[in-house]
Amino acid sequence: MTINKEAVKKISKLSRIASNDEFETSMIKDLNTILKFVDQLNEVDTKDIEPLSSVVEQKLFQREDVVKKMNEKEEILKNSPNKNENYFVVPKVIE
Amino acid sequence: MSEITKLTLVELTKKIKSKELSALEAANAYVSRIKKSKKLNTFVTETLEQALASAKNIDDNNLKSGVLAGAPIAVKDLFCTKNVQTTASSKILKNFIPPYESTVTSKLWDSGAILLGKLNCDEFAMGSSNETSAYGNVINPYQESGENLVPGGSSGGCSSAVSANLTSSTVGTDTGGSIRQPASFTGIVGLKPTYGRCSRWGIVAFASSLDQAGPMTKDVSDSALMLDVISGYDEKDSTSANIEKGDFLNSLNKNIKGLKVGIPKEYIVDNMPKEIQTLWDKGIEWMKESGAIIKNISLPNTKYALPTYYIVAPAEASSNLARYDGVKYGFRAPGKDLIEMYENTRAEGFGNEVKRRIMIGTYVLSSGYYDAYYLKAQQVRRLIKNDFDLAFKEVDTILTPTTPSSAFKIGDKTNDPISMYLNDVFTVPVNLAGLPAISIPAGFDDSGLPLGLQLIGKSFDEQTILNSAYALEEKISFKSKVIDWWM
Repeated sequence: MTINKEAVKKISKLSRIASNDEFETSMIKDLNTILKFVDQLNEVDTKDIEPLSSVVEQKLFQREDVVKKMNEKEEILKNSPNKNENYFVVPKVIE
Repeated sequence: MSEITKLTLVELTKKIKSKELSALEAANAYVSRIKKSKKLNTFVTETLEQALASAKNIDDNNLKSGVLAGAPIAVKDLFCTKNVQTTASSKILKNFIPPYESTVTSKLWDSGAILLGKLNCDEFAMGSSNETSAYGNVINPYQESGENLVPGGSSGGCSSAVSANLTSSTVGTDTGGSIRQPASFTGIVGLKPTYGRCSRWGIVAFASSLDQAGPMTKDVSDSALMLDVISGYDEKDSTSANIEKGDFLNSLNKNIKGLKVGIPKEYIVDNMPKEIQTLWDKGIEWMKESGAIIKNISLPNTKYALPTYYIVAPAEASSNLARYDGVKYGFRAPGKDLIEMYENTRAEGFGNEVKRRIMIGTYVLSSGYYDAYYLKAQQVRRLIKNDFDLAFKEVDTILTPTTPSSAFKIGDKTNDPISMYLNDVFTVPVNLAGLPAISIPAGFDDSGLPLGLQLIGKSFDEQTILNSAYALEEKISFKSKVIDWWM
């Protein structure tokens, strides 16, 4: 699989990372190098092998649904780069 | 003063408890060294004044019951620390002040340790040389003919700070070798516990199925003590293991007579310097002298560990890092609409290596490529784990080198991502299989740079690798060659 300029543009869109010519040129080079490296996996016969997504063997537990007072709104909002009263402020989404 | 900072964590806490040394004297010794060590760039954030105040409070009110009472400790800037800036060494988290404390670090402070500050690392722990940090390179206290070297990564501020005696010990995180490789590069002990041994709650996430916090210390006893403190079940992390806590320091025992030690032939890699092979052979001899039984084993899928890792880790990272959108915290770049604001924020806020990994991760998870890459990698991950499962039916621990080279020069590997990734060839398989492994300083190469040996253990059997490392440590009797050239 080779990655071209169009593919880089599409991936950067999906990744929500602004793209420009310089970025695309360096990504075409790097992503192809990395993909060529990981293509080694095609040598491995994985027929009927169950994928391993986590090494954890314990089952997820359930707990009582108890209300806990966690972080205060104010504390959380303090870190926002743009806020107004009790809300995060973002650029207008509706025309 | 400098003698205080040379004490191990076990020695230091003992002296503070017996009042041979006050907590303030200990804190002062570290603070004055840190102030004279800016050249190493180990800290992103210092909390020295608070540290002195906490130490005074410990002395004044005789708060010496905790096992780490009065121990000054700086931690990797990947752990969220309440009211203290936490950046993950990224521009995108600049000025982020967590309103909560990670489980691992709260265990440190509950045991009486004092925060000295937050240690530099590769951005979001993605790197093997600490060169991807938005806050500059960290310098290794070891030099090669007067030239600066990398401290390894991603926990490079941690490794450099322990090696240079700027913290009594520290906690790092290890996703593919980020504790063990920098430990090896700086002549210290680094332990990656079994996945699930320590809570991941409050640690900035990189690859959630691989990330694990662990001790980086001056010696093996310190590593056991630190693991005693930071391990344990946490209901806030559903992957943390609900099992009995170990008693690692008290159970430390250098008698390894009859222990079966595996030597995997697949860890002999192309272009490995002769010094590494020689050191490995020495390690085998030391183990034999201690009464261990050496067995040759095979881990046939070892060569596929790195390619597997470079699919699995970026895939998880691309998902974990989706939260950095410029809305709730951290850096924001302007844009004409919401999407453009996201895109500009992430383009300006993330560094190149992080962007590379998000892009790769997004690609391997995208429609049409998921099966060919991500699913395939998960299947190979199973085979790698099976290799270890089979090997551990024959042996109790596995001995390998930690890294295929000693510390390299700054800029040496930044142009080729693959050459950088190859640093982790011996450490990555362990993360994929979720196993514990420890790196201990075992000698020096011809240029006088430290080299490490790695012991890999069975799941949740940190005690065996700690004991083996303890036995090896006695044989090796490693002496730091750090000479404070930066002061």
